[in-house]
Amino acid sequence: MSQERIIEVENLVKKFGNFVANDHLTFHVNKGEIFGFLGANGAGKTTAIRILCGLSAPTSGKVSVAGFDAYKQTEKIKRNIGYMSQKFSLYEDLTPFENIQFYGGIYGMSAKVIKERSEKLFKRLEFEEFKNKLIKEIPLGWRQKLAFSVAVFHQPKIVFLDEPTGGVDPITRRQFWDLIYQAANDGITVFVTTHYMDEAEYCNRASIMVDGRIADLDTPLNLIKKYNTTSMDEVFYLLARNMNKQ
Amino acid sequence: MRTIGYIIRKEFIQIFRNRSMLPIIFVMPVIQLIILANAATLDLKRIDMVVVDEDMSQSSRSLVSKFNGSPFYKIEAAFLSVKEAEAAMHKGKAGVILHIPQDFERDLLKENKAKIQLMVDAINGMAAGLINAYSSAIIADFNKEVISDLVTIPIPDGLNKSINTIPYYWYNPQLSYKNFMVPGILGVLITMIGMFLACMNLVREKEIGTIEQINVTPIHKFHFIAGKLIPFWILALAELAFGLAVGKLLFNIPFLGNIPLLFGFAALYLLVILGFGLFISTFADTQQQAMFIAWFIAMVFIMMSGLFTSVENMPDWAQILNKINPIAYFMRVIRMIILKGSGIKDIINEVVILSGYFVVIINLAIWRYKKTT
Repeated sequence: MSQERIIEVENLVKKFGNFVANDHLTFHVNKGEIFGFLGANGAGKTTAIRILCGLSAPTSGKVSVAGFDAYKQTEKIKRNIGYMSQKFSLYEDLTPFENIQFYGGIYGMSAKVIKERSEKLFKRLEFEEFKNKLIKEIPLGWRQKLAFSVAVFHQPKIVFLDEPTGGVDPITRRQFWDLIYQAANDGITVFVTTHYMDEAEYCNRASIMVDGRIADLDTPLNLIKKYNTTSMDEVFYLLARNMNKQ
Repeated sequence: MRTIGYIIRKEFIQIFRNRSMLPIIFVMPVIQLIILANAATLDLKRIDMVVVDEDMSQSSRSLVSKFNGSPFYKIEAAFLSVKEAEAAMHKGKAGVILHIPQDFERDLLKENKAKIQLMVDAINGMAAGLINAYSSAIIADFNKEVISDLVTIPIPDGLNKSINTIPYYWYNPQLSYKNFMVPGILGVLITMIGMFLACMNLVREKEIGTIEQINVTPIHKFHFIAGKLIPFWILALAELAFGLAVGKLLFNIPFLGNIPLLFGFAALYLLVILGFGLFISTFADTQQQAMFIAWFIAMVFIMMSGLFTSVENMPDWAQILNKINPIAYFMRVIRMIILKGSGIKDIINEVVILSGYFVVIINLAIWRYKKTT
């Protein structure tokens, strides 16, 4: 397989004072894959994702996203990515369309394109009944799906999802992953963090972060074999325990 | 440019959808104008006086009746002893005690001079000064009559004619404190609306986390700041128009100046104030912090701006500090335009200074606003 690397990270370190949130991370993400960035709460996932999105500057190491440097070319990176943060980030006092219009407008899309694409989107999501309601009146699962759709609305090369399914019921989570697959089919590279290990099995490749370091990285199947377990859940448990022992 | 339009549209949707905010924005000026313009007055309309007349002579009665005849004085009571009068003042029933000692008339006739005592409640220093000045004027008036009545030695013509000053008050001939206050209160109003709304709005986006979603887009910082500034700029100018209409209808404030000039200057001033608000917002993570900082700055600036007291009477250091106080410039100019009818030539200095101010503050705000931390 000839694969183009869309994200390259070498020895990434991020410190907050004396606290090392990311300790020499080295990994890459291939174009078009769904990359799982797994780890417990506080393992440093969000810190890393914010650096990749150009929201936070790295302390040291080499980071390149979509061919641009994360130190000097953050604004160029931002033109090529979408981001769905852990914190829900749609405006609750606006309707879905108004949210899409706003973010689409910021990305420089024309009113006509925004309208056409959003109509298609609402149809595909079967979202018509919520179209004119305020976000705060819409159930959480639907909101998350909408937030994801907003993050990929401008058709970025890469989309970063920071715990997109937190607090969502299993059925909606399943539907959410359908959306992720759809985006991947459209050629968008997906970088997703989660601490639900069953979701890890949906990824092409997954890294497991423990205490600011990447403990291992491979396809879910290889990881399960390597550690002689039956699920990613057990893999994660083994790795987290080993790391804590050291 | 299109980006700015999208931000403005979003802000206006949110403003008009917020059911509690819009009424406050437009009810507040009416209430503030009605309450403040009527209550915050430095006019002395009624001075409560108590009299201790120990002389009980024709002269003493004539002096008391002079006070009684003045529209400002109200003789509340007459007491036999100073002690009783002091007790009345202590209870807050008297603003000033007029004490005429025994032998007042006798001394006046015999020695051509006599003493009386005025005791002024000086808790409010400014009012006390005014009471003193008014009382002295009445006593001087009494003096003149006494001299012409009692003095038998002929006085040379020139001396007898005292100089008579007829004051003529320009720009506010009735010395109406309302005419002075209403433009000032309008200035405070649009300052508060502009500074607070702009500042809180941006910090709110930080609190709810939407700022992160904006920072991850390729939006230019300038576009973002402009998009955040313009909606509140329009809102504050609408507030000014509304407040002026209220001031005209309720208080019949004379309006001598050019209205477009006033709005042009207010527009420039508001850019500075909104820039200030946005600059402050870059220092605060929560609306509470933003509120405290904005309140502190607005408070100091408003108090020093000449809203209540004349800037010229402030100590030198305060006048120097006022050079960086945008509200002081606005207070001066809004009164000049409304009450004096000043034209663009008269305020060109302020226009230049505030323009420079705007360039500095907006660049500071854009520089401080960080998309990458």
